[in-house]
Formats: sequence, structure tokens, C-alpha cells
Amino acid sequence: MATTMITTLDRSSRAAARGLSDISIRNLFIIPTILFLIVFNIFPLIYSLGYSFTDFRASTNAAANFVGLQNYRDLLNDPYVWSNFAITAKYVIISVVGQLVVGFGVAMLLNRDIPLKGLLTTLLLLPMMLSMAVVGLFWKLLYDPSFGIINYALGLGTFEWLSDPKMALYAVALTDIWMWSPFVMLLSLAGLSAVPKHLYEAAAIDRAGPFYTFFRITLPLVAPILMIAVIFRTMEAFKTFDLAYILTSQPTAELISIRLYKMAFQEWQTGRSCALAYIVLIMVLAITNIYVKYLNKVKER
Amino acid sequence: MRKTLTSVLAGIGLVLACGTSVYAQDKELTIFWAEWDPANYLQELGNEYEKETGVKITVETTPWSDFQTKAFTEFNAHGDAYDLVVGDSQWLGAGSTGGHYVDLTDFFNKHKLGDVMAPATVKYYAEYPGNSGKYWAIPLEGDAVGWSYRKDWFEDPKEKEAFKAKYGYDLDVPKDFKALRDIAEFFHRPDQKKYGIAIYTDNSYDAMAMGFENALFSYGGELGDYSTYKVDGFINSDKAVAALDAYKELYKFTPPGWAKAFFVEDNQAITENLAAMSMNYFAFFPSLINEASNPNAKNTGFFANPPGPNGDQFAALGGQGISIVSYSQKQDEAMKFLEWFIKDETQKKWAALGGYTCSAAVLKSPEFQNATPYNKAFYETMFKVKDFWAVPEYAELLQQLNQRIYPYMIGGQGTAKETLDALATDWNATFKKYGRGQ
Repeated sequence: MATTMITTLDRSSRAAARGLSDISIRNLFIIPTILFLIVFNIFPLIYSLGYSFTDFRASTNAAANFVGLQNYRDLLNDPYVWSNFAITAKYVIISVVGQLVVGFGVAMLLNRDIPLKGLLTTLLLLPMMLSMAVVGLFWKLLYDPSFGIINYALGLGTFEWLSDPKMALYAVALTDIWMWSPFVMLLSLAGLSAVPKHLYEAAAIDRAGPFYTFFRITLPLVAPILMIAVIFRTMEAFKTFDLAYILTSQPTAELISIRLYKMAFQEWQTGRSCALAYIVLIMVLAITNIYVKYLNKVKER
Repeated sequence: MRKTLTSVLAGIGLVLACGTSVYAQDKELTIFWAEWDPANYLQELGNEYEKETGVKITVETTPWSDFQTKAFTEFNAHGDAYDLVVGDSQWLGAGSTGGHYVDLTDFFNKHKLGDVMAPATVKYYAEYPGNSGKYWAIPLEGDAVGWSYRKDWFEDPKEKEAFKAKYGYDLDVPKDFKALRDIAEFFHRPDQKKYGIAIYTDNSYDAMAMGFENALFSYGGELGDYSTYKVDGFINSDKAVAALDAYKELYKFTPPGWAKAFFVEDNQAITENLAAMSMNYFAFFPSLINEASNPNAKNTGFFANPPGPNGDQFAALGGQGISIVSYSQKQDEAMKFLEWFIKDETQKKWAALGGYTCSAAVLKSPEFQNATPYNKAFYETMFKVKDFWAVPEYAELLQQLNQRIYPYMIGGQGTAKETLDALATDWNATFKKYGRGQ
């Protein structure tokens, strides 16, 4: 069955002249990719699963002992890890919702005939082209209570964005919103421009109000592509590391990936950190699955 | 087809030939250290070595924040990128028991380094486990925490008068922790953008521990018993609780946003006219007397960590020893470099370049003590230092300390007693996990 899917080789092509069959050409293309995936993705994945059941520490020569589910038990009983998860959830919600609102809003503004639209769009895309670490360093300066431009512009005096335990997470989320709203904007723009014009004309003839038009025409038609943006951004926000790590050291803004990094590469608790990485992986998979289910539902409509 | 094959083989041969010839030609040693001024001084010292012996020394550096991670990533992979490493004092346990460091006990005894180097540096930079007589490093850069202050603010007659009226004694270099607190409070004037004091608060590596230790040790407290691993009654003793409260009290008088401060920020507090006094490692003081990096260089003074209420006076130890990496292919060459490094004249050169020698003879010499405004304070401090745990799991202990103390210091959660009781429980659990002191 599978072979019939492949287009037959042109008899006069060089490949055919060399005596390569369809199947060998398929193998030539696919096998290196599969090998690459196995060596660099699947093998480490399985290997680290093995480690997650041991007390292995990469920094010592001591042999790894099998400890069963001990690492998972300890981690799931650790109040600090739970608080890291709660912080991460809060961060994901704030930053993804923020990006959706800002990104979609800007896309709505741009989705009309205005002068210099191309230039404007390009400029708005700049933040997401920067490196996360660079953005983190810049925003650290912008937030600085003594000489930061944000406090100066808003007249906030010496308001401590990053050292205030209550504010730090919002400050990181705000930076993330600044950086990644353009991504949502880009996808929304693609979705908006694909909405057939005649629907709006029909709505105008029927004297539909702007809210009605938005909620009954624009939003449902852009929803599938917005869902894709949400999936991408949720996965990314869940994994956020560099931005938060550079901006603040507040325990109230310690995302799960920072905890994982500390456990793996500062404390060298390799076995336990593998277990934590698996817990995170399972969570991301579960959340993504819910989204994908919902996306399929939206598409069917 | 055959043509291609021949050319490919020839290419491979050529590459191999070039590769091996490069190896055979150059005698080269790579030393790994953190990115800071002393590493540049060490490079200069290495250049001298190259002139004498023809062996090229390259000091490779990485920012402090990556230093530990990068070094141990290389060790754990058994990589030979570095022949020698100038590792933090806390690494001794992990480096020796993990098999990453070459045992230098014979070298140490042969050259009687126990007598040549200052006692504290031998104890904390070289020996592991404590009192075992086994040595894994040669003390290279001595360091401890001291203080810098604004002489012009302190010596202003108007300030002196106002201070005396308020506190009843003369404004001078603080003679104990209470005076330190009073002076910090006195100069803390947010409306004038002047603040009292700059301390370590960063919770990502050992900053918080080093800062708190200054108060803890001078208050007569201890982290625990280093030979029995007992921590109850030490880290949560009344003295330790009082010390933590004293350290938290100082945080009130820091510049705004002082919740992630380490050596860079603390030097900035002086160069940017932010604070009257600033805690920092001696290793960062050279840039404070340099007019190019500190506009207030002429008005900057230095003092040793003051005593606590009972007269105990100690300081937190920084500094590093140099170790041979056991995966290096050039251990013999590295050993020769160390033999050269410990010579008296090399140690003198090292001190002259700006390195903080650990050689007792050089430290005691008047020419060293008078060379800079802080060398005397450094010499005095180096005989009154204590350090953090050096066990292989020190990073977990640090993380637990950060996890408990930071929310109390910065977030004001709970009390000092609760914080330190919880820390004692954490540390007990960790020591139990690794079967220590049971």
C-alpha cells in the first residue's frame, strides 16, 4: 500500500540510470533522518527515563543505584516543586493571555489599508527576532529602580519591579508579552486576511453591528489559527528559562525550568532531575493534547 | 570512483598529519578559571612562565555565573580541555571524591607547603576531608570578604557632628556590628538618593551564604560541626538567630532593588555614589582604587569585617586553589608548572601583578602590606576566616540555605528562628541522604 503512494521514477532520470529503485531512494532520504532522531532524541529520552529511577549523580564516580519510584515520590511530595508548578501555571496563563490580547488587537489594527503597513508590520516583529538572553538583559536595565526608563516614564519613583516578591513574576510575564505578542499578531494577521471579504459585505447589508460581526464572523474564522498560536506559546511559556533566570532571582518567580536547571547542573542530582524532567514532559504533553483536541473541534465547525 | 576514494583518503591523511604535528609541536597548558581581574594577572604570570620554559599557558575564563556548571560539565564528561583548574574552595569534596582532581598530597608534603602557605588557605583551599592530611590543590588566590566605605562621607565634619548627636559616639570605621548598623541607618537617605549599605543578597549561588556568614561567624555562630556533620544547636543557635536578624536589619538600608546583589552590584554601590559602605571580596578591591573604574577612588577606604557583640571577629572565605584535572593528558607538564608557581620569587611576582598570594612569608612582608590601602586588612582577615561546607553535596546545602533565608531576608516571611530551624532540618535530611555523621 505504502509503495503505491510513491510516484514512480522517471525512466530517463539519472537516478533510474544508476539502477536505483523507488524504495532505495525513499530509504536514502528517510533513513538518515530516522537515525538522527534516534541518536539525538529517542535514545537520550529513553536513557534519561532509566536514570530517573536511580540515584545517579553525574558529578561523582559512584555507581548509580536503582531506587524505584523514590525520585518521583520525593518530588511530588516536595512543597517547593509544587510551588514552582503553581508559579509556572500562573506565568503561562498571564503571559499567553496577554500575548493573545495584545497580538490579536494589534493584528486587528493592522488589518486594514493604512500607509506603510508593510514597514509597520516588520518593525513590530522585531522583538521576537531578538535573543531571549539579550531581551532579559535589556529589560533588567529598563526595570532598574535607580536609572530604569520605565519608572522614569511612568513616574513611579523607585518602584522595584524585579526585587518585589509580588511583582517579579508579572514583570517577567510583561517582558514575555512584549517579546512574543508579535508572533500571535503575525498568525492572527494571516488568519484575518483569509476571512472572505464577502462575509463582511453580507453582514454590512444586514446591518450587523461591529460586535456582532467580530464575534460571529471574525473570531470563529480566525479561531483555528489562534489555537495554533496558543499551543505554541503555551509550550514555550511552560519551558521559559533564560528570560526569567536573567531577570530575577525571586523565589516567587522561580519557574519549573529554573528549578530543573538548578537541580541538574548546580546540584548535579542527575537521577532526580531526570525524574522532574519527565514529570514536566508529561504535563506539557497532557496540556498540548487538550489543546489539539479542542483545535480539531474548532476546525470541524 | 577510485580517483575519488584516493583523494578522500589523501585528505584524511593530510588532516591527521596536520593534527598530530600541532600536538607534537606545541607544549601548552590550559588553566580554567572564572572571568575576573585575577585571571588576567594569572595570564600575565603564565606569560613569564612561557618566556622561561617555552611552555605556553592559556588561562581560559567564563563568567562567574557559569563557572561551576561549565567546569563540572567538563569533569563529568571526563574531558581533557583543561589541564588545571582554579576551583572554588567548596568544590574540593566533589573534585576529590569524584575523581576529577589529581591527589597532590605527595607534592604538598615534598615541598612542605603546609608551612609555606598561610594556615587558613591550606585548611580551606587544599585539604579534604578536613584534618585528613590529603591535599588536592595548591592555594593560589587568597580571598575573603571585607568592606569598602566612602571616606569623604565619613570624614565630613557636619556628618560627624550630626552622627555624634544622634548616636552618642564618634562616626568612624565601624568597630562592631552595632556601629555598622547605626552608620548604615545614618547614611540611609532615600530622598537624597543616598543609601546606607550594600550587602550580598543574590540567591543563585553562594552570595547569600557568604554575606550571612560574615554576620554569623562574627556573632560567634557556626554552620555546624564540620567533623560530625551535626547542625542542630549550631545553625539554629541563639547566636545564629541574632546574626540572621542583624543581617536582615542591614537589608533595610540598602539601595532600591537590592534583591539580587553580588560583587558587581556591591562595587557599583561605591562607584555610583549609592552607598556609604559596601561588602565585597578583597579580589574586587583593585578596581575600587583605580580612578579609571571608580571616580571615587581617592575617597574610598577599606576595613575588615567588624566583630560581633561578644568580640568574635571572623569573615567569610572566598578564594581558590589550583588543581590538576585527572583527565588531562599533560599532568607531568602541569606538575612542573605548579613547582614553578610555588617558588618564593614566583609568589612575589604573583603578588606584584595583583594576585592575592597565599604564601605566608610574602603576606607578612611589609612591602606587601603597604602596597595597597587594603592589603593590611587582607592580611589581618586571612588569619580569621571560616568557610562553607566543602562536602560533594555542597550545592544542595547552598540551595537549601538560599531557599530558606532568601524569603525571610527579602520577603519578610516567618521569623529568624523558624527560618534557621527549617534550614537545620533540610541540612540534616541531606546529610542523612549521603550517610554522613550517622
